[in-house]
Amino acid sequence: MTFFQMTKTVIKSLFSRPATLMYPAKPAKKTANTRGHVSINPAGCITCRSCQRKCPTGAICVEVKEKTWEIDNMRCVVCSACVDVCPTKCLTMETEYRKVLTARGAKDKFTVAGPKKKEPAAAPADGAKPVKE
Amino acid sequence: MSKQITVPFGPQHPVLPEPLHLDLVLEDEKVVDVIPTIGYVHRGLEKLVEKREYTEYVFIAERICGICSFIHSQTYVQGIEQIMGLEVPERAQFLRTIWGEYSRLHSHLLWLGCFADGMGFESLFMNAWRLREHILDDLESTTGGRVIQGVCKVGGVRKDIAPEKLDEMLKGLKGLEHELQDLTNVFLHDSSVKHRLVNIGRLSREDAYYLGAVGPTARGSGLDIDIRKTGYGAFNKINFRPVVENDGDCYARCAVRAKEMFTSIDIIEQCIKKIPDGPVDMKVTGAPDGEYFSRAEQPRGEVIHYIKGNGRKNLVRHRVRTPTFTNIPPLVTLLKGCELADVPVIVLTIDPCIGCAER
Repeated sequence: MTFFQMTKTVIKSLFSRPATLMYPAKPAKKTANTRGHVSINPAGCITCRSCQRKCPTGAICVEVKEKTWEIDNMRCVVCSACVDVCPTKCLTMETEYRKVLTARGAKDKFTVAGPKKKEPAAAPADGAKPVKE
Repeated sequence: MSKQITVPFGPQHPVLPEPLHLDLVLEDEKVVDVIPTIGYVHRGLEKLVEKREYTEYVFIAERICGICSFIHSQTYVQGIEQIMGLEVPERAQFLRTIWGEYSRLHSHLLWLGCFADGMGFESLFMNAWRLREHILDDLESTTGGRVIQGVCKVGGVRKDIAPEKLDEMLKGLKGLEHELQDLTNVFLHDSSVKHRLVNIGRLSREDAYYLGAVGPTARGSGLDIDIRKTGYGAFNKINFRPVVENDGDCYARCAVRAKEMFTSIDIIEQCIKKIPDGPVDMKVTGAPDGEYFSRAEQPRGEVIHYIKGNGRKNLVRHRVRTPTFTNIPPLVTLLKGCELADVPVIVLTIDPCIGCAER
């Protein structure tokens, strides 16, 4: 009995496909919850800097005057703390992993919309009422 | 007296995934003395606590270790909650327990694979890791991360599991249990595996107790020590019995881990049946003021997080005592008197996680 413990597994493995995937040639497995990388919709960002404050590694840098949002992909640990805190929901967590980087300084910089002016800010306040009803 | 020679073992060695250095003093092929050295991967994580807010530090606490990551964050968060006197929703406690047991399953399967590799049984190693993939898939689909889950937060958890998903997980575990049974049969009954493990690296019950062994190292020597029995998380509502083996050799420590996987599956099943509905997190205001020793059972044994706050957002002190650190004195005792060829197997039986031990 002790000699043929693995026979069943071996026969099963002989006639089944490999359990491994040829990543990156084939896409990696992913689920709806998978944390792949952070992406931003520049039109929605109001440069409130909440994401910069909540980032545990200091990967995000927001310049309010220049209206830019920058992420250091080497520092980002994909914890999704910024996505949770974003008030306008312009940050989203994509399910695909980022490509492997070969050098430091892989920073992505986006020019964003910045804080909304007073006139458009008043319009959503009025428009919010029908939604509540 | 024959001539003594010193053989350096590690920090880079095929059986060691992480850097532990041992100076083995040999007489012929027998090990007569062992001098361990750690300190190759010190990162200073505990100092970071002064620079990060206590809520952000959960992510850093989770990254202390790459295997028992979830339980590190759980222990840290429990400490903060005890200081602040927070009553965490019951559903969150159950979810933490489920994810904790999942991470125990994946850690034990990883260890069984590494162990098979260490004793030269390649195909068994591949099989253990193939089964581990199912566990990682479940972790990824529920939390979003395969190894670093990042779902614990002060006051609860960040993600909920839908009831349909819980049923699916239950079904998956039922199927996995049969495959695990086939795998553990090889570990526990195969003659070549037994030949390599039985009666090698004996640790007596007294030595295990006085040298402070924890986790499967202690339970393999007949000590019934399991922090889960203190009832943290949802363990006070779960019936289970810790696996204890009395022989104290490599085979006993392997058997403890192999059988613990079935205990974990049983605990997850009980959790899924008993999990109540309700919220999974609560609003947290203020900052911790006080100190607390938080304890939890990791796959490798008992972990202690000491947390001290002074009422500000940044903690004053955070200190971790990991299971591998306490298992090094028993390891030194285990190695004395063994053959040089058995050293890799014996070192692996304490499940060394040096990244954990040094931080």
